[in-house]
Amino acid sequence: MRNPETILEVDDLRVYYATPQGDVKACDGVSFDLRSGEILGLVGESGSGKSTATGGVLRTIGSPGRIVSGTVTLDGEDILKYDDEKMRQTRWQKLSLIPQGAMNSLNPTMTISDQIADVIETHEGRQPADALRERIMTLFRRVGLPERIYSMYPHELSGGMKQRACIAMSIALDPLVIVADEATSALDVVVQRVVAQTMLKIKRELNVSFIMIGHDMGLMAQVVDRLAVMYSGQLLEIAAVRDMFARPAHPYSEILIESVPTLTERKPMKINEGITHDPRNPPSGCIFRLRCPHAMPVCSESRPDMVEVHPEQLVACHLWKKDENGSYVRQSV
Amino acid sequence: MTATANTAMSKAEEREARRRAKRLKRFDSPWMNPKLLWGAGILIGILLFGFFGRLLWDPELVFIGSAPLNLPPLGFENLRGDGGSTAHPLGTQSSGRDILALLIVGAPNTLFIGVIASLIGMAIGIVLGFSAGFIGGRTDDVIRVIADVMITIPPLMVLIVFQTSIGEIGIVMMGVLLSGFMWQSPTRLIRAQVLSMRESGYVRMARLSGASTFDIMFKEMLPNLVPYLFGSFIAIATTAIVTAVGLETLGLGPQRVPTLGRVIYEAIDSAALLRNMWWWWGIPTALLATMFIGLLLVNLGLDEVANPKLRKV
Amino acid sequence: MSGGTTKAIPVEYLFNRLLTFFLTVFIAASIIWLIPRLSPIDPAEAMLGRMAAGAGFVENADQILADLRTQFGLDEPLWKQYLAYLKSLAVFDFGVSVANFPTPVAQMLAAALPWTIGLMIVSVVIAFIIGNAAGAFMAWQETPKTWKVVIPAAMIFTSIPPILSGLLLMWLFSAQLGWFPLTGSYGLFVTPGWNWEFIYSVIEHGALPALSIVVVTFGFWALGMRGLMTTVQSEDYVQLAKAKGLRPRYILYRYMIRNAILPQVTAFALKIGLLVTGQILVERIFSYNGMGKLIYDAILNQDFAVIQGASYVVILMTAASVLLVDLLYPFIDPRIRHGGGR
Repeated sequence: MRNPETILEVDDLRVYYATPQGDVKACDGVSFDLRSGEILGLVGESGSGKSTATGGVLRTIGSPGRIVSGTVTLDGEDILKYDDEKMRQTRWQKLSLIPQGAMNSLNPTMTISDQIADVIETHEGRQPADALRERIMTLFRRVGLPERIYSMYPHELSGGMKQRACIAMSIALDPLVIVADEATSALDVVVQRVVAQTMLKIKRELNVSFIMIGHDMGLMAQVVDRLAVMYSGQLLEIAAVRDMFARPAHPYSEILIESVPTLTERKPMKINEGITHDPRNPPSGCIFRLRCPHAMPVCSESRPDMVEVHPEQLVACHLWKKDENGSYVRQSV
Repeated sequence: MTATANTAMSKAEEREARRRAKRLKRFDSPWMNPKLLWGAGILIGILLFGFFGRLLWDPELVFIGSAPLNLPPLGFENLRGDGGSTAHPLGTQSSGRDILALLIVGAPNTLFIGVIASLIGMAIGIVLGFSAGFIGGRTDDVIRVIADVMITIPPLMVLIVFQTSIGEIGIVMMGVLLSGFMWQSPTRLIRAQVLSMRESGYVRMARLSGASTFDIMFKEMLPNLVPYLFGSFIAIATTAIVTAVGLETLGLGPQRVPTLGRVIYEAIDSAALLRNMWWWWGIPTALLATMFIGLLLVNLGLDEVANPKLRKV
Repeated sequence: MSGGTTKAIPVEYLFNRLLTFFLTVFIAASIIWLIPRLSPIDPAEAMLGRMAAGAGFVENADQILADLRTQFGLDEPLWKQYLAYLKSLAVFDFGVSVANFPTPVAQMLAAALPWTIGLMIVSVVIAFIIGNAAGAFMAWQETPKTWKVVIPAAMIFTSIPPILSGLLLMWLFSAQLGWFPLTGSYGLFVTPGWNWEFIYSVIEHGALPALSIVVVTFGFWALGMRGLMTTVQSEDYVQLAKAKGLRPRYILYRYMIRNAILPQVTAFALKIGLLVTGQILVERIFSYNGMGKLIYDAILNQDFAVIQGASYVVILMTAASVLLVDLLYPFIDPRIRHGGGR
């Protein structure tokens, strides 16, 4: 099902963490694709494996975690097969990152510009000082940062400015894919909007693809093109954001969408419990069945496959059954 | 699915991960730390050596002239060609003291000085550190500045002045004097820990639930500080012993009771190095070195107890 | 938020450091002054006793005693003695040596100090560099396995006082093997000055004292560095540096060591005092011409003016080193130089 405009394809990615009591399957058979110039949102509550999944894509999983199996095809090549040196060269050139905690993601003993310059010079060799300076200034302008921060240190910047400096850094080498890991969650609401708009602007100008991790469905709905819903290490539904909000196919997606605050009220997420099972000992069959309002006997027997129930809308749920015409319909319980 | 290469590669990784997991399990109780146990074993061994030594060996042999002069240890010869004797298995020194007896009496004394200095230093440090961290304001400023200032004054220099002008002191007095320089680092450590704990969830909870300051300090915070306190105790005991040994090797410090440092001082002073009487300075040096290795291991072990991140390395 | 170009040390920081320096010196000087006043021994009588011991008999003992008291200002009120003492310290006037009468103590100190400072710079700095490098490599993930075994094994001697390692090295390399001279700070037959013979002799004599300090102190820095590196390794900025595809060695230097070294420098300032006194003891066993030998001889001779003067100078030296480190610190930590919080 490889689409010509697919830039990144993740297939059956499994990332496990070793613990004394056994492996935790933090990312258990996740498959999705990312198309050129789109923003794919990855949502789920904390502990659902969003960051682990992108960690697998970026190959940043460290001990005690490990990538057990799967492929990550970026620009036609499986980067999980790269050796360390090839991977290092690929990083940032093709695949960059806007980190989760911009507060602590900048080296406190280097100026902002030096931290952008080092990634440019590592991957492209030494640059003439003037050209390098002009290039960094252009990056600053692109994300709306004033030129005076050129020689500033991270502690002299506000949280929002640091986050924008991280965005400027992420586009320094014109990557194909940028992973934005909860890039806005530590910021206050106003700054969140500004940062999100900056990312949209970057996407339009540079035609770069984003994977945006978040747990704020409201913010995601306004920024992303498609949404992927994760729960306890598994992908439950993936669809265009409009389709997802119009007709969520998975019971969990329904719960998440109901929790989105409207303009007039800001209600807390409706999910009052987090992931309730022990992650080392997940339930049999469907991972969500313990909290699913529609759980049926079959749900404890087998893990539902990911099926395309509407065009471009895939879901993993036993509620959906093929009818005699070969199309999927949702059963009423 | 094209995962065959990956699965093959991950077999070894999986084994590695399982081994690591097993190792984690073994340290489920952080106090069962091998370094800590080894270090404590060495220190207890030295104490037992002192204790049983007194029962099994004659401590009177530390006195001048209680044994033949300059005897080598068993199985060796001194420059005159005398062999060792079973009556003095570790040899004797030039004024007829028995080395084994000196070690039996001296080693516990050396440890004892460190323990006294460290106990008093800790007590002062706990009181000042908690006061500074908990009361804050002016109290904090004063304690902080004094601790900062006093921590850079080298204790040895002040003790040299003290000894040369006041004269003879005993083991306990030595420990007390040293403690005047041992409270600064626990004070700073405890203050910093208290400051960071004050803002932590459980202390705030305790305060909201109406616990008294005293209760919060001693029931909520102190137990969490235990590994740090032990670590600090061992660290300053080490410093105290280093300083005491230094003073003793200058011929100062307690003069009437044998300490390991004093034995070494007499050896240097009598040119034992040139006379090749290695047992005179070498054996107490080796025992002191063992003592310091024990202290270091305990300290490293406690570090790992307090800071689990270090355990992985 | 301040401008990014101000590179001067903030005034408040400067003021605090200078205050600490003067307070340290003042308190230490006061303690050194106070301790002998607590002593039951009358310094004038003690001195007379020494003269009697030297000459066998002293005429007009009472007269001399009174003269000595006036000379030392002992019949003045205590606060006047104290002020006079502080004043004399400020101009480095420590009186005259009894044992080397009438050499001024200041002159003896001035002769010994360069040797001590020279040895200290070499040994302490080498230990700091080796120790931090060892600690960093112990924690670094890319370090070869063999090094991760060798370095901790070498650290077993950490926290053993340098005087003990000094004795061992002296016995092994000087007395037994004869590779290095036994004692002194330069050969008997070389003329001090800028000639190669003298410089070679100084290095030859200084090697063992320096080595005995380095082998037992580098581990302290290595341990501290290992802990800091372990913390820094999991910092977000190091994780991002890896995602940036920077070279591992570059990350090690610019992102990890560069940040982990900062608390080590602070710890260095706190440790100087102990390092200096450890070195003084080493100097004494090697009969090195520095403060150690001076102090030891003064203890043997009951030369109290020298002991007091030397103690003061060692404390002053320690405090000055701390001040120096504190003044250099802002240049390696931009958070202080640029008026940020810390």
